[in-house]
Amino acid sequence: MRPPIFAVALLSGAALSYEILLIRLFAIIQWHHFAYMIISLALLGYGASGMFLSLGREWLQSRFAAAFLANGLLFSLSSILCFLVGQQIPFNPLEMVWDGRQLLSLLLLYLLLALPFFGAANCIGLTFSRFTAQIPRIYGFDLLGAGAGALGIILLLFLAAPLTALYLIGALGLLATAVAVLESRLAPRWLAAFLVVLALALVPILQLQKIPLQISPYKGLSQTLTVLGREVVEELSSPLGMLSVVRSPLVPFRHAPGLSLNSALEPAEQLGVFTDADGLSVITRDDGQPDSLAYMDHFTSALPYHLLKEPRVLILGAGGGADVLQARLLGAKSIDAVEINPQMAELVMNSYADFAGDPYAAQGVRLHIDEARGFVSKSRGRYDLIQVALLDAFSSSSAGLYALSESYTFTVEALVEYLRHLSSGGMVAISRWVKVPPRDGLKLFATAVAALERLGVHNPGQQLILIRSWQTSTLLVKNGVLSDQEIKQVERFCAARSFDPGYYPGMVARAANQHNQLERPYFFEASSALLDRAGAGAFADRYKFNIQPATDDRPYFSHFFKWSSLAELLSLGAGGGLALLEQGYLVLIATCVQATVASLLLILAPLWFWARRETRPAATGIRHESWWVVSYFFSLGLAFLFIEVAFIQKFILFLHHPLYAAGVVIAGFLFFAGLGSNLSSRLSQKNGLQSVALILPVSAIAVISLCYLFLLPSIFQQLLWLSSPWKICVSLCLIAPLAFCMGIPFPLGLSALASRAPELIPWAWGINGCGSVISAVLATILAIHLGFRAVVIAAVALYLLAALVYPAGKKSV
Amino acid sequence: MVQRRTLVGVFVLILLLIPLGRLAAAEPYEELRRSLLREIIENVRTTSRYLKKSSLDEEVMVAMSKVPRHLFVPEAYRRQAYENRPLPIGQGQTISQPYIVAIMTDLLNLDPSDLVLEVGTGSGYQAAVLAELVNRVYSMEIIEKLQSSAAERLKQLGYTNVETRLGDGYYGWEEHAPFDAIIVTAAAGQIPPPLIRQLKPGGRMVIPVGSTFMTQYLLLVEKRRDGSLSTRQVLPVRFVPLTGIH
Repeated sequence: MRPPIFAVALLSGAALSYEILLIRLFAIIQWHHFAYMIISLALLGYGASGMFLSLGREWLQSRFAAAFLANGLLFSLSSILCFLVGQQIPFNPLEMVWDGRQLLSLLLLYLLLALPFFGAANCIGLTFSRFTAQIPRIYGFDLLGAGAGALGIILLLFLAAPLTALYLIGALGLLATAVAVLESRLAPRWLAAFLVVLALALVPILQLQKIPLQISPYKGLSQTLTVLGREVVEELSSPLGMLSVVRSPLVPFRHAPGLSLNSALEPAEQLGVFTDADGLSVITRDDGQPDSLAYMDHFTSALPYHLLKEPRVLILGAGGGADVLQARLLGAKSIDAVEINPQMAELVMNSYADFAGDPYAAQGVRLHIDEARGFVSKSRGRYDLIQVALLDAFSSSSAGLYALSESYTFTVEALVEYLRHLSSGGMVAISRWVKVPPRDGLKLFATAVAALERLGVHNPGQQLILIRSWQTSTLLVKNGVLSDQEIKQVERFCAARSFDPGYYPGMVARAANQHNQLERPYFFEASSALLDRAGAGAFADRYKFNIQPATDDRPYFSHFFKWSSLAELLSLGAGGGLALLEQGYLVLIATCVQATVASLLLILAPLWFWARRETRPAATGIRHESWWVVSYFFSLGLAFLFIEVAFIQKFILFLHHPLYAAGVVIAGFLFFAGLGSNLSSRLSQKNGLQSVALILPVSAIAVISLCYLFLLPSIFQQLLWLSSPWKICVSLCLIAPLAFCMGIPFPLGLSALASRAPELIPWAWGINGCGSVISAVLATILAIHLGFRAVVIAAVALYLLAALVYPAGKKSV
Repeated sequence: MVQRRTLVGVFVLILLLIPLGRLAAAEPYEELRRSLLREIIENVRTTSRYLKKSSLDEEVMVAMSKVPRHLFVPEAYRRQAYENRPLPIGQGQTISQPYIVAIMTDLLNLDPSDLVLEVGTGSGYQAAVLAELVNRVYSMEIIEKLQSSAAERLKQLGYTNVETRLGDGYYGWEEHAPFDAIIVTAAAGQIPPPLIRQLKPGGRMVIPVGSTFMTQYLLLVEKRRDGSLSTRQVLPVRFVPLTGIH
């Protein structure tokens, strides 16, 4: 019998697509960070598969054809059914701190969604066990398939709605099973034909059912639709998110964050745009009358327009166009607007162009579909004002839900980049939500101080202004020293709108905290302390939230959590302390703990069973082999993903788009690792060469990874001018040698195991799966605390550890 | 300190002796409600620094002790009605955490003669607490189902001094304005200018800020006698963000 390698590739691709799709689907019906936790735990289906195959190996081996077919079908059908059933489970993450029963729902979700991964992993693990002589080739196809899956799902999500993509993945599973029937003759050909027909019929049949996504009733979109007359008039979907446009003829949207209390003006008519059923942004009606938009002069973000005359403006995060309207209203000479999501721009430029007054087509306005930081890096222009819009929604922001999200918009390096693109006397303006006690505004201030110092400014305080309303704060960083006249203008602006200055050069304490009173004048106290070089570090240490600036190596601007505050916040409990916990980070830690405990159980359970089966002849062999098997395959599982995750982040700074970077890097790594694995089949066949075959690639991984840490930034800097396709080519060329070597150790280990204790192959497969699951979560934790460099160094250490424990040719039994 | 503890002790004793008038005879929730009130008193005591007082007004606590919260939550949640937590009431909305209700009510500094507007009736619980304190409460709700069920519930429980209406809270309730106090319990993206206009000089407005199940802080808007405005962001918890300051 030939191994079903094409079926393995297809299933592997379908499973990886499914993983990415589930994160998308759960980000829509729930919240992103919980999506991350649910899917991470569900991926332990891979680990469970290892345990299952280890324990039932002989029984399953003798029934390979039936077992493969059953698991192929299990993946195909459960991938669709488990999600549809899963979205009916009344899980409400918002209630978790109040209601312990939510944990049961969560557990149910884990188990349900682990099932498809369990099925796919069984197919691949079974093939490894059954065709031990061809492990590298099988693994190679597994990786190639996964690489294609990573790219395929991104393309698919541009073309199809998320639920349609789900049905297509189920159908792909059926096709993979049919391919297995044909290539390995697992069953009569009519079964393959039947599966193909079923696959083709499945999608249209399910589409006809018009099954809706069960979005949490507590998400913004669900809540807004309870108001009389509101309806979704358009829905667009892409890998960047699902956009829902809501019309509200009876009860208007009045989205005007940070509007001065002194303003009696009602916002202009608006269409609500929800991203992933949450995070309201708006498209504002522009009827051409300046009076209709006059309220836009009463935001904190209007300040720079009172200090600059007819500025050339760059708006980062243009969204529905409100900041463009504000810039035009307040006298901008020219506007470059950058928006990452083409569908959002499409709404403003086409679908609702009449409504919005076609702001992106107005004279002097140019729209760029690009990622903010990337656009600035490439741009050769200079601006009088770089305006960074309020990019996230308050409720998610205040609950700390973005702690896990990397952002290269608010790092020290980003601010340096923005400042370099300012004309003399130009300004960067960044607005954020005000939290109580303050976090974002202070971290941003610290970031600006660090950026100015990096540019050699001796007295950063002379170039900074921070103001706030009760709801938003705006930081101005000037390319030059602020004049007395400008400071007087700031005072007038704030007084007229009842805004409070948080900091400006020469500010005195009594000017702080007058209109919007906090318990103490935190903004003034903190900004003064952060400007004091001797005391800034001590102040940040004493502050109970993390306000240390984010950097490109640790790009977690929204991570405010400090372990030292946890006990105090928990002790405050229902009195309000829970509201101050930054949930995103805690969810990450909870995910890591759960994944580790579950992995330990999955890894140890087979050992326990084997120890009880004393009659097994292989028991002695298992005892001899188990230590190196665990350390080798677990290390590889951790290390592979560590490198992949870290380099996705490094390449974002080159490719500038998180989505394309992730797509190119994941697909590139898996594709070239697949080629490496195929090559290792030749190496493993040559007896005596196995140790060398491992030492070479591991040494290469270590050298290349460490070199890249130092070289990539300058390589990227030199090649910034390249167009996107060329950048992708360069990226793939850079990834190729590293990934090629990374594809070798795993199949080499399995081949060694095949000659020493073949009964342990499924176990090793499961251990590797567990390592991979923990790896993705652990990489983020490491990056938050130590940076992505540390993640790469840890990966190199793990590869070296694997090389050390690898058995040197001798057989144990 | 001793004096404060004695006061709290006496107050708890008074609470325990209060006859719970509006409840039906079979009252399995009585003890639960007392226990909830004790918890709120304790929470307030530890939060005293932020609220600038060591206990809430006695009238507020008495009002809280009179309102049967279990009758304001869906049948399925009755057993949890006296836990100090928000509960779902349908339509993606919640009944607020009792502790937050108590603090918001206290921040309004009400006199019996005050005219109060509530924006966001929800289950009607907050309106009922207000109705125990003042002669007249006007409450608006934008979600039809919630408005009709809350109106019915308040009527059944005998809260004749609460008038509810379906409508857009942004514009307030012009014919009954101006109000001595306004409480905006629905999510507020901004503070509606019409509501500010309908607030009497010297009046107060309270707005909870946060997400559905978690209030981050309370925004207190005060209209001075001269018509100018100030806001205070009140953290419902004793938490100082800098170590070494108490």
